[in-house]
Amino acid sequence: MATTKKNNIKKSTTSVSSVKSVFQNYAPAPESIDHIQLKSQYDLFINGKFVKPLSNEYYDTINPATGKKIASVAKGNEKDIDAAVKAANKAFESWSKTEPKERAKYIYRIARMIQERAREFAVIETMNGGKSIRESRDIDVPLAANHFFYYAGWADKLEYAFPNRNPKPIGVTGQIIPWNFPLLMAAWKLAPALATGNTIVLKPAESTPLTALKLAEIIQESGLPDGVVNIVTGFGDCGSALVNHPQVNKIAFTGSTPVGKYIQKAIAGTNKKATLELGGKAANIIFDDAPIDQAVEGIVNGIFFNQGHVCCAGSRLFIQENIAEKVIKKLKDRMRTLIVGDPMDKNTDIGAINSKEQLEKINHYIKLGQKEGAEIFQPECSVPANGFFCKPTLFIGTSQSHRIVQEEIFGPVLTIQTFRTIEEVIEKANNIPYGLSAGVWTDKGSKIFNLTSKLRAGVIWANTYNKFDPTSPFGGYKESGFGREGGVHGLLPYVKF
Amino acid sequence: MKLSNVTIDQVGVEERVARFNTRSIKKESKLQGMLLALNMIDLTTLEGKDTAGKVKQMCYKAMHLADDIEGLPTTAAVCVYPNHVKTAKKALEGSNVKVASVATAFPSGNSSRKIKLEDVKIAVTNGADEVDMVISRGEFLAGNYNFVFDEIAAIKEACGAARLKVILETGELSTLDNVRKASDIAIYAGADFIKTSTGKIQPAATMPVTLVMLQAIKDYYDETGIMIGMKPAGGISTSKQALQYLVMLYETLGEKWMTNEWFRFGASSLANDILLQLGKEKYGVYYSGDYISKD
Repeated sequence: MATTKKNNIKKSTTSVSSVKSVFQNYAPAPESIDHIQLKSQYDLFINGKFVKPLSNEYYDTINPATGKKIASVAKGNEKDIDAAVKAANKAFESWSKTEPKERAKYIYRIARMIQERAREFAVIETMNGGKSIRESRDIDVPLAANHFFYYAGWADKLEYAFPNRNPKPIGVTGQIIPWNFPLLMAAWKLAPALATGNTIVLKPAESTPLTALKLAEIIQESGLPDGVVNIVTGFGDCGSALVNHPQVNKIAFTGSTPVGKYIQKAIAGTNKKATLELGGKAANIIFDDAPIDQAVEGIVNGIFFNQGHVCCAGSRLFIQENIAEKVIKKLKDRMRTLIVGDPMDKNTDIGAINSKEQLEKINHYIKLGQKEGAEIFQPECSVPANGFFCKPTLFIGTSQSHRIVQEEIFGPVLTIQTFRTIEEVIEKANNIPYGLSAGVWTDKGSKIFNLTSKLRAGVIWANTYNKFDPTSPFGGYKESGFGREGGVHGLLPYVKF
Repeated sequence: MKLSNVTIDQVGVEERVARFNTRSIKKESKLQGMLLALNMIDLTTLEGKDTAGKVKQMCYKAMHLADDIEGLPTTAAVCVYPNHVKTAKKALEGSNVKVASVATAFPSGNSSRKIKLEDVKIAVTNGADEVDMVISRGEFLAGNYNFVFDEIAAIKEACGAARLKVILETGELSTLDNVRKASDIAIYAGADFIKTSTGKIQPAATMPVTLVMLQAIKDYYDETGIMIGMKPAGGISTSKQALQYLVMLYETLGEKWMTNEWFRFGASSLANDILLQLGKEKYGVYYSGDYISKD
């Protein structure tokens, strides 16, 4: 259709200069950090008390946005783990026999205390992990509180969750959590374990221990009986000691697939139960009948949420070939509006990469992608000079044979492939050792149901991405692990019949 | 024209809007944003009881928003019924404030093509710089898209040099899919601006509706290189809301659109709320509403 139109309108009215430049960079809006209380040194939380590590060794935990030290944290070892497991074992005797509705009261109390201190938690999570304050404030902390609320509700209703099966707690559970959602992952694991009457030894990731230690303070204040929750900070040897401790009855692990495999081997031949939530390389699939502008938003949210440090990140984008050009253009335009920078600024979309090692790994893959001949796109955004930052990155024109498509990068890097038919995209989406999550974008309901039954992934989002809720089970297929966390399914790994 | 098959996901649109609203606009961004918003206002009176006196008073206000605060812009335009265009034009003589006139049997649009065209001609002959027409929502909802398209095209022609704003009256279109379809029809038929509402129907302008219209403008620009303006109207009464719209505009269409040539607020009470905020910047305290003129 031909319409002739000219943009030759006369300059009108008083112009307001300098507005443009101001709106290009919103004025700094830093979250206040005056209200937080941090100690300069953190000890281990064992048997209801903060105790020094037996080795008396400490390590520095840093702010990845500045590279500067925040606090010293106890370096736990095998002996500390042993003390913690023994405390948990002792506490199990009475905790497992505590009235379920009494257990619920403690869990509700913890949930409310997290809400009361939500701002403090959000700021510390951002300081220690590098994620934007918008995410820790709007997602991590509220969701963590919600998990405690949700599982508190189950504590005295377990026989309804498992009718006629008489569910009983397992014993001491060893929980090892990752650095990408430090508080939230602690909540995912602690809440169902407490609700079902187990006791816990939790090991936070070495780079992000602070919110778990703040949580320890809350647990102490809540009056939860000593030894029910123990938190031991440290490195890999500490986690390994926990996995191998004979008095641990169950391991819950979220982290990398290689470590998951190690745990599987270590517990072989024992009667330890395990749930493993491991890596992923999710397909995010866009059909030509999708609501494209909203899909672009979903792509951005799928891969750049938490700097891409998300095991279920939509890191492989599949676009139906007839709309590929359009979607890629829109995606680039959208990426130009993303603000990368100080995680504590309320307007920051993409914060700091969690650690130097992770940044090096991501940069390695960005170089590899270029070497493999994929077309790279990064917006011309400014990035702070200090700290660990990475621009949001696209690789266009990739195929299943590219290593950047096959391997988990765990950073803000998206690979783009095109497809022609539904069969082709299902085959490609499943052609990966992982199977944690996937996304589908189409206006057609029948297409969604067709795909959800054929994609080998534990979680599939339709016309949205990265949505989490305590009522919804989460977990993987294949090398993304096994067992489910969240929902009524999330109770199962913590009970025996 | 080929009818648009763009689908809209309402939940996704609402989530995007929620993201815009988490932007924290402080200090100089806020100040400049408020000045820009003032400069984008179409100060409006569209009442049955409008008189020459009312229109003249409003026109003075458009040029002198608050003379005690230095460096304020004027509004972009005043918006009146066709029979008040002459009065407004005369009252605004010598200023840069435009006169916009509603036309085409505003607000229902239920009249013959002949009368609608006559309505436009009267407005233009009387000196209107801009014409705000309404689409035939009944025909649109009945599926007569060609009728709607042809009518807009005919009115565009009748406008001559005046810029045409096409009011979709989104509160009557029910779905965002319809909003997108109507936006595309209006743009391809020759609209210079697309506008959400008459202000006579609730809901009037909302951020989700405006976002869908901005995205239609972006798609058209990407395809043709031609810019189309946007005017949310009705329901925007606070400076906070205005800033949220500007954030949405900036992040959707970019800085090229950040002028009153391409973006307007159709509002009657927004200006005074912004003046209240600007007064606070100047005096350090919120002063009483009685200090702000109510023309």
